[in-house]
Amino acid sequence: MRIVVDLNRCQGYAQCVPLARDVFRLHGEEALMYDPNPDDSQRQRVLRAAAACPVQAILLEPLGAPE
Amino acid sequence: MNTATLIADAVSTFKSEGRIVIVGASLAGLRAAEALRDEGFDGQLTIIGDERHQPYDRPPLSKQVLKGWVPADHTELPQMRELDADWRLGVAAVGLDRVNMEVHLADGDKVPFGRMLIATGTRARQWFNPKEAALEGVFTLRTRDDAARLQAALMAGPGRVLIVGSGFIGSEMASVCRELGLAVTVAERADAPLVGALGGVIGEIAAEMQRDHGVDLRSGISVEALEGAPEGSSSGHVRRARLSDGTVLDVDVVVASLGSIRNIEWLEGAGLATGFWGVACDAGCRAFDINGVVTDNIFVAGDIARAPHVLYNYEFLSLEHWDNAVLGAAVAARNMVRLETDRVPHLPLPSFWSGQFGVNIKGVGVCSFGDEIVITQGSTKERRFAAAYGRDGRIVGAVTFNHGKWLEYYGAMIERSAPFPPPPPGYDRPADMTPVPARFPDPRVPTGTPDVVLTGHDPTERGAEFRPRKER
Repeated sequence: MRIVVDLNRCQGYAQCVPLARDVFRLHGEEALMYDPNPDDSQRQRVLRAAAACPVQAILLEPLGAPE
Repeated sequence: MNTATLIADAVSTFKSEGRIVIVGASLAGLRAAEALRDEGFDGQLTIIGDERHQPYDRPPLSKQVLKGWVPADHTELPQMRELDADWRLGVAAVGLDRVNMEVHLADGDKVPFGRMLIATGTRARQWFNPKEAALEGVFTLRTRDDAARLQAALMAGPGRVLIVGSGFIGSEMASVCRELGLAVTVAERADAPLVGALGGVIGEIAAEMQRDHGVDLRSGISVEALEGAPEGSSSGHVRRARLSDGTVLDVDVVVASLGSIRNIEWLEGAGLATGFWGVACDAGCRAFDINGVVTDNIFVAGDIARAPHVLYNYEFLSLEHWDNAVLGAAVAARNMVRLETDRVPHLPLPSFWSGQFGVNIKGVGVCSFGDEIVITQGSTKERRFAAAYGRDGRIVGAVTFNHGKWLEYYGAMIERSAPFPPPPPGYDRPADMTPVPARFPDPRVPTGTPDVVLTGHDPTERGAEFRPRKER
């Protein structure tokens, strides 16, 4: 799957990190690093992380979009 | 039928049957295509890109990709909707024929358009000596393929990495090298890292940060030559670098991080207002022709666009920022398929970020437009602070180190042109809040800008013409 995080919007609340540890990590205290193309098996976790983001900075490709 | 109806009909017909070509298949190109379809454009859409890859995101390349956590091919951008576009990837645009309204491609094909978007962005400035640049182990970083090659070289465990240039990307790469446990030297011509974007006061803090993390930072230094093995040879693998202070460094990997060059060459002869800083356009993303007259059918977005900004004395700004591409592309797309009275302006509040040495650096506004800086919150020693930049008594930019949650507060002040120094925030005030000179380098350094001259005596024949300078 393909995602992108708007890191201008991201404020480092890091709510996504515990919800999908293989996809989101903190570099230091507030710089977010992430895997833009995580494995499809991560989809449920990434969806939860995106929903939990207080500033809605995580954008996911809709299902069924062209590969 | 009155004129307004005629024009409305033409726009409506264009929306359903027209042809739009987007040149550039990166962030701006993709987002423009999505926005065009969102606007109800049902005509033919062609997207041309010189790289063979689907649109991908560049910011991760100098961070998680270089570190080896995320593979370079894991950076494709999400495509937010069905585009029904004709993708022409792996073939560069080489010309624009405005009279016949065609884009010429490297494979000889000609793609007709009714309206087109220039989103060809920038490329990495290469090492100045082509022979040395061709040595194995000498890299630049702009594309996904660059990142994959450089990452492999770092994995091979080089004895020392030399990074030439310490803007944001150079500094991020130095940070990754240290995280990987690699010995790294950073050679910077200015007095400190990040001075072009953030000035000398912040540059000093960035320099300390690099040294604390074990970077061998050499400022005020330029790299004069790269050598292969054996000594003095200019072929094979890079092994040594000669610095301007006479030092010779043993190095196995050299990364030239010398900033970017705007991809305008393919527009040569098209008669547009192109130059060192990109393609000039109005705030509605419509390109200017060489005389400074706005065009009707050619739009510009992303790193290559250069537009006047109301907050900065209407100066033309080139913004190589991620959301300038996203927002500019959306505005360009809307204006391509709307009536004049429905057009919207692209007036971004510039925003950027950089993760390096465990610190999240974020900025808003145009810091380098300021000439003074004041630390407004936190502690520079702890590298957790906010600072505001001012000019002529108003705030024009702000930067935070691990204080990103406060950036909006400053952004709002910049948008309303609030006074500088800004009113003290009610939280976390530093002991000293005296503005000091921000210490930006002199902007009057010579550039490769072509000379534009006026020609013609008769007022009706007056026009501008490029007279490119001879290579020295």
